[in-house]
Amino acid sequence: MPYSASTNIFSDILPSDDVLSQCIHCGMCLSACPTYELTKLERSSPRGRIKMIRSVANAEIPVSNIFAEEMNFCLDCQACETACPAGVRYGKLVEAARVFVDETFRKNSLKVRIKRFLLRRILADKNNLKLVSRVLRIYQRSFIKNIFEIFGVLRIFSRHLSEISKLAPKISGFFSDEKISLFSFPDAEVKYKTAFHFGCVMNVAFAEVNLDTIEVLKAYACEVYTPSEQVCCGSLHAHNGDIDFAKKLAGKNIDAFKQEKFEYLISNSAGCGAFMKDYGYLLKDDAEYSERAEMFSAKVKDVTEFLYAKNPARKLMPVSVTAVYQDACHLVHSQKIKNEPRELLKSIPGLILKETEGADVCCGSAGIYNVSRIEDSLHFLKRKVENINKVKPSLVIISNPGCLSQIAFGTEKLDHKVEVMHLVSVLRGSLYNDFSQKWKSSI
Amino acid sequence: MTNALKEKIKNIVGPKNFFDSEEDRLCYSFDATPVYQQLPEAVVFPESEEQISQILRLANHELFNVVPRGAGTGLSGGAIPVENCVVIVMTKWNKILEIDNNNLTATVQPGVVTAVLQNEVEKIGLFYPPDPGSMNVCTIGGNVANNAGGLRGLKYGVTKNYVLGTEMILPNGDLLKTGGKNMKDTAGYNLRDFIVGSEGTLGIITKILLRLIPKPTESVTILAYFDKLTFSAKAVSNIIASHITPSMMEFLDNTTINCVEDFTHIGLPRNSEAILLIEVDGRGSIVFEDSEIIKNILKKNNASFVKTEADLTEALKLKSARRSAFSALARRRPTTILEDATVPRSELPVMIEKVTEAGRKFNVTFGNFGHAGDGNLHPTCLTDERDKNEMERAHKAFDFIFNEAIKLGGTITGEHGTGLAKKQFLEKVTGIPGLEMMKKIKSVIDENNILNPGKIFSLSPRCEGTLPHNIRQFIPGK
Repeated sequence: MPYSASTNIFSDILPSDDVLSQCIHCGMCLSACPTYELTKLERSSPRGRIKMIRSVANAEIPVSNIFAEEMNFCLDCQACETACPAGVRYGKLVEAARVFVDETFRKNSLKVRIKRFLLRRILADKNNLKLVSRVLRIYQRSFIKNIFEIFGVLRIFSRHLSEISKLAPKISGFFSDEKISLFSFPDAEVKYKTAFHFGCVMNVAFAEVNLDTIEVLKAYACEVYTPSEQVCCGSLHAHNGDIDFAKKLAGKNIDAFKQEKFEYLISNSAGCGAFMKDYGYLLKDDAEYSERAEMFSAKVKDVTEFLYAKNPARKLMPVSVTAVYQDACHLVHSQKIKNEPRELLKSIPGLILKETEGADVCCGSAGIYNVSRIEDSLHFLKRKVENINKVKPSLVIISNPGCLSQIAFGTEKLDHKVEVMHLVSVLRGSLYNDFSQKWKSSI
Repeated sequence: MTNALKEKIKNIVGPKNFFDSEEDRLCYSFDATPVYQQLPEAVVFPESEEQISQILRLANHELFNVVPRGAGTGLSGGAIPVENCVVIVMTKWNKILEIDNNNLTATVQPGVVTAVLQNEVEKIGLFYPPDPGSMNVCTIGGNVANNAGGLRGLKYGVTKNYVLGTEMILPNGDLLKTGGKNMKDTAGYNLRDFIVGSEGTLGIITKILLRLIPKPTESVTILAYFDKLTFSAKAVSNIIASHITPSMMEFLDNTTINCVEDFTHIGLPRNSEAILLIEVDGRGSIVFEDSEIIKNILKKNNASFVKTEADLTEALKLKSARRSAFSALARRRPTTILEDATVPRSELPVMIEKVTEAGRKFNVTFGNFGHAGDGNLHPTCLTDERDKNEMERAHKAFDFIFNEAIKLGGTITGEHGTGLAKKQFLEKVTGIPGLEMMKKIKSVIDENNILNPGKIFSLSPRCEGTLPHNIRQFIPGK
């Protein structure tokens, strides 16, 4: 127990008592919290965690292992924010606490250093990420992987390593930034000037989804501006205790997207969209960026939010499929976008959209949670997949890369035959009538 | 508490059910009641009646205190730890043991969440009406211990109207069974009803038998806006006097409307002084006839806008918005002290006036809302516990409100229980004989005063020898 707040240099990291005392510990968050549901312990609940953060901030208790454990056990899914009538911004509190934990334990934790290295040097650096992705792609497509799997080579090192290798998103055959030009134009007259953030993981592992997004935007009469200088949004850094680096990335993005060139900045990744909408808050004390950050954030729209408010310039062609939509936490809880994706899907003729229990409950992907806390993550995933399986859809539709690979992994692991697709790919299929042959409507 | 004693407790429940880290003690040092806080010595999750019984026997032997706890959403401090205590948490006892469609009963463990039970019984056309604001989180055990009410109390009554039987471990470790599936039962004292509302001071409830009723088939939700508080209060009195009993009749004042709207964004009128949310339910066309009569009364009472919400999802949104009122008020100030003074329904307009007066007189802000139909208001003081001066004024304001409520023939708490928060006012409602009887009962059942002591009332310290006295006082015989 090395530090307590009053005696160390990090005490300004934690929110002030004014912010912390907004929580009136009424307990309305308990039923929404996946980790409380699992342990039934107050310390794994939002109000318990806030109580602990407040006590650490007031130097009543030291930063202990239990404190660190509970801050990291939290999925940061922010379901509690949706449930909280008092409007406590819990995500901000727990993220600040994680910074505090990392700063406190950093000197003696290899894990923190490895995590930081991966986030800073790989994820945030487009070229390094592509390099690693190329290696991963070769591995994923090679027979070495099959041999490894057959003989359980990875399992020898660690059971987790073998699971993680399966969890890793399948690297795309190409990287989307190399195929998207600076400006894409619709066939029809330009109605909206949009910009597109292609993301980090999206770019290497969901390149097709990025291309689909461009196509869909074009079908909605959008000009799409995609500057190649853009970088990772920084959300994973902020959520994992590295706010400083997140601020740097935010600055780079604000510089990369020339504001006069677009009215809306479109994101097809819920986590990135939510975080970029917060740049204004993140950089509020930054003399150089605060004003531009505010303007930047005001333009950010999730792709479903943007499309829902507009009309397509092309006709939606009928399909024949029974589907379910699963909310991404960073869409439904952080951005409060719940109806828009559902309504968009319902507008596709022939698509039967069913609701499942717990559609807005976290699948356990939660940024890098499924890698850093695989056991816990699998518990949440199992419940998610079971709920999906109850309504027997042939298609699961999601609007975020993390959830996409997590749920695809889960349905495969639990042997439920179902396809998992990003919402924009489904839309593209209907707009351009090239939806998977088996689901094409015969109408 | 010594480590040796903690070891003994740990041996009873097993290491995985025993928690005494600083963090765990901190997280169980409070419930939903503002201001009160006390660290317990340990927190345990017993797995069987036998384990609870052993802990209570040990408590009598070693003289430590035991505080039972459900979800910790209580508003009178019933689950707040007391000194030298172990908290017994019952949330893992969350099984619905039986739903008996022939007798219309449900047997549940105390940790079942109220809304979970409601959803289960509604699947087969049955209905469990008590619906406290925290029903998505709170447990049946806590509801029984506090005789919880809710929005539907107006027509359907409160928890006590649905408890048919209980099983409870007494402070001496014995198992007490009361009631049963009989609709009539006059054997001996009515211990069952006596347990309901005992706030964990007489025993730890381990099983509950509940009465269910058929689910109403029709319901109409009506929303009315008012430009003046008095208009809305008058409308409530007139509806009651018209001999129609809606299933709920909820009142929200302007402050509450705005806080709830900030949270829900469902389009509540931010400029109205008050709204009434009314639901009529039942079977057949009479529901619709009644709702028409109510709409007419509302219009006659100067409602600026009246609408019927036919869409069930929209009606549900309105009701859950109302349920969020207490917590939503925290958007204004960090400490929300919510009370539930209750008056005879005819006195509601006077009581609403008195709350406004209290705010003015003591210079504190109130958000007011509540179950207008049964005279149960929730005047909520919006304050900051860190401001000592303001807190003092808030307490004076509540003192005033309680006294006024009692003058009107009301009570200090309608549905939240006495706990710690209201025990200083209890005597004003019960009178001395009433309070003395309660104390005597407590001291007989819990000889060593180990179970949730100091809740509802404090037992007077037992003095031996001559009492200390003031030297200026007249002393008989001298």
